[in-house]
Amino acid sequence: MDLTFTAQERAFRAEVRAFIAAELPAAVRAKMVAGDELSKEDYVAWQQRLNARGWLAPNWPVKYGGTDWSVVEKHIFDEEMALGNAPRQIPFGISMVAPVIIAFGNEEQKARYLPRILSSEDWWCQGYSEPGSGSDLASLQTRAERDGDHYLINGTKTWITLAQYANMIFVLARTDPSVSKQKGISFILVDMTTPGVTVRPIVTIDGGHEINEVHLENVRVPVENLVGKEGEGWTYAKFLLEHERNGTAGVAGSFQLLERLKHVAAEQKTDGRSLLDDDRFAEKIAQVEIELTALSYAQLRSLAAEKAGASPGPESSFIKITGTEIQQSLTELMRDAGGYTSFDPATHNALWYFNFRKASIYAGSNEIQRNIIAKRILGL
Amino acid sequence: MDFSLSADQTMIKDSVDRFVADAYSFDARTRLADSEEGFSREHWRTFAGLGWLGIAFPEDRGGFGGTAVETMILMEAFGKGLVLEPFVPTVVLGGSALAFGGTSNAHRELLERLIEGELLLSLAYAESGSRYDPSIVETRARREGSDLVIDGAKIGVPFGAAADKLVVSVRTKGERHDAHGITLVLVDRDAPGLSRRDYRTVDGQRASDLRFAGVRVPADAILAEVDEGLPLLERVLDYGLGALAAEAVGLMTVMQRTTLAYLKTREQFGVPIGSFQALQHRAVDMLIQLELARSICYYGTVALLEDGDARARSKALSATKVQIARSGRYVGQQAIQLHGGIGMSEEYAVGHYFKRMSMLELALGDVDYHLHRFVALGRQSAEKPQATETKKLVTAGVA
Repeated sequence: MDLTFTAQERAFRAEVRAFIAAELPAAVRAKMVAGDELSKEDYVAWQQRLNARGWLAPNWPVKYGGTDWSVVEKHIFDEEMALGNAPRQIPFGISMVAPVIIAFGNEEQKARYLPRILSSEDWWCQGYSEPGSGSDLASLQTRAERDGDHYLINGTKTWITLAQYANMIFVLARTDPSVSKQKGISFILVDMTTPGVTVRPIVTIDGGHEINEVHLENVRVPVENLVGKEGEGWTYAKFLLEHERNGTAGVAGSFQLLERLKHVAAEQKTDGRSLLDDDRFAEKIAQVEIELTALSYAQLRSLAAEKAGASPGPESSFIKITGTEIQQSLTELMRDAGGYTSFDPATHNALWYFNFRKASIYAGSNEIQRNIIAKRILGL
Repeated sequence: MDFSLSADQTMIKDSVDRFVADAYSFDARTRLADSEEGFSREHWRTFAGLGWLGIAFPEDRGGFGGTAVETMILMEAFGKGLVLEPFVPTVVLGGSALAFGGTSNAHRELLERLIEGELLLSLAYAESGSRYDPSIVETRARREGSDLVIDGAKIGVPFGAAADKLVVSVRTKGERHDAHGITLVLVDRDAPGLSRRDYRTVDGQRASDLRFAGVRVPADAILAEVDEGLPLLERVLDYGLGALAAEAVGLMTVMQRTTLAYLKTREQFGVPIGSFQALQHRAVDMLIQLELARSICYYGTVALLEDGDARARSKALSATKVQIARSGRYVGQQAIQLHGGIGMSEEYAVGHYFKRMSMLELALGDVDYHLHRFVALGRQSAEKPQATETKKLVTAGVA
């Protein structure tokens, strides 16, 4: 057991830090620091710089354009990206659909889609939830019926993050309604420029437009866009969700939120003393900071286990629960710290709090995560 | 960074797990707790024979060159067995004080005797007016020639009755709050003027309150430097916090495991109670808290391995204690609740783990104390970055 960072790992950290300092556009950094929304162009510009360096998809196998980083190096990379105020990774292509294609797709699919993700030609979104299928995802009603060498897809997908930027969507659709609900589902890649696809914005309680509803009406999709086997989509969906949960823990991003919270608290002054000098408030922040520190070590341990054993497994549920609870604690304190300034949407303080209520709901609500752990880890 | 155990560490883990399995059945533990000294001298000789007493000390001090990782491995196993032998007071607290603060060949020889199992120590730093703050010291020592003469009182000294010598913090200069003017001295158990009140603690261990009435110690009883004992004391306490964190992980592991087994076997309404979602989610939260505790324990251990900047180390160990205590409180309380009436029974083990965890929460400082220290150290670091000077404390004068 060696629990310290090696000289090589420290050097790697310095290299990442220098890269961000040199390459992150000042305007994007400024938006990140202010908490302003990023445009598609902001994201794409940053993705292209990362791609030029070979760092856009660290988790992929090297032969597809990934890195050979150790789990610790990946962790360091995520930490530095967050601390350097770099835009978050948009996961839908790089961390969701790509691992599924790599694990279950055919060679043509790998050759077509993976380079287009790296070049930012494709922006993917995730067609999972439906108006009637949230926690009970397997009850989904979207149909894909075989029609010659096409599928004819009909249904409604919802809560789709950044669908307004996307040109591709991966869809869970029912190809066989006659078998049990998990068995008849397939994983299908859909070009959003196909006739019959419409995107309707959903404005959330923070006033932002992040999520959307996507309608699919008689959308004709070539059968070669099926990933893996027909009817095996539920297996791929679960595989993807486990990857997603480790990402949605947002551990590195929470260190960014923590810095922001301290900044908000430092600017609140009463009689010349800032809120950070107030022991009671400082200790509230400290409590969350400590839990976040524990979680970051838990994530390192989980990554190390992943290295030893392949897929992340149900442990990622635990990281997701705690990680999102910490995000919510941090943004709650941010709203509190702002005082009267939090009423002003320009400060974003309360808006972040509203926005992050999503975190314990998406990617499988925290209650569903607890059910998963109870069943699959504890055997209850 | 690598979380897997080395071959040597695996051997240590196997041997301490075997010891706990063989020697620490719940009945055997109960008998030992009820015995005169509250622990077994025979077990202590076993510890010495297996090399555990010297495992974490440097080889040039007569130890076996291990680190805080080896201490963590031992302490986690001790937690799992509710082990009673005074490993923390003697080895982690007293031994660290000698190893980091020893200034003479006599101190070096004391550490060798400790490692051989011939010397028991304890640490007397807390006072009735200091709560957990080691910088508040009202026990005074005045100079008489080259001797120090001590008057005052200490409380909550772990296994004080068994200790051959006590490491005592005394004020040699300044007022009760001053960081400077604190000195650590070694006091013999039978020194004239020293009196003790011994008691069995609520978690089955032993402790003593001490009274010093003109207790005279010679100059070579002083560890580190006169008036500058606080950095050494803080360092020793940080090592103690690391050890307690690992013990807590052991305690929580057993409570979590025992409770889960109970949920699967206890039936009510015709089904195992673990089939109820309200209880399942509590069981999951117990597991989460255990995992957070284990993770922060690694973090604290890393801070002890690095042990450069004293503020960074202390801040990390305060973080460790806060998380350990919060997790331990949750796991312990739920362990009792999910066991129902049986959890309240003195004849059943889980209550004893709960009691040890509950008191460990307070030992060397509770959540409030360490949250406060964490914040204060963070502010100091922001104001005035500190050079890595504490390592120099490691005994210049030892041959």
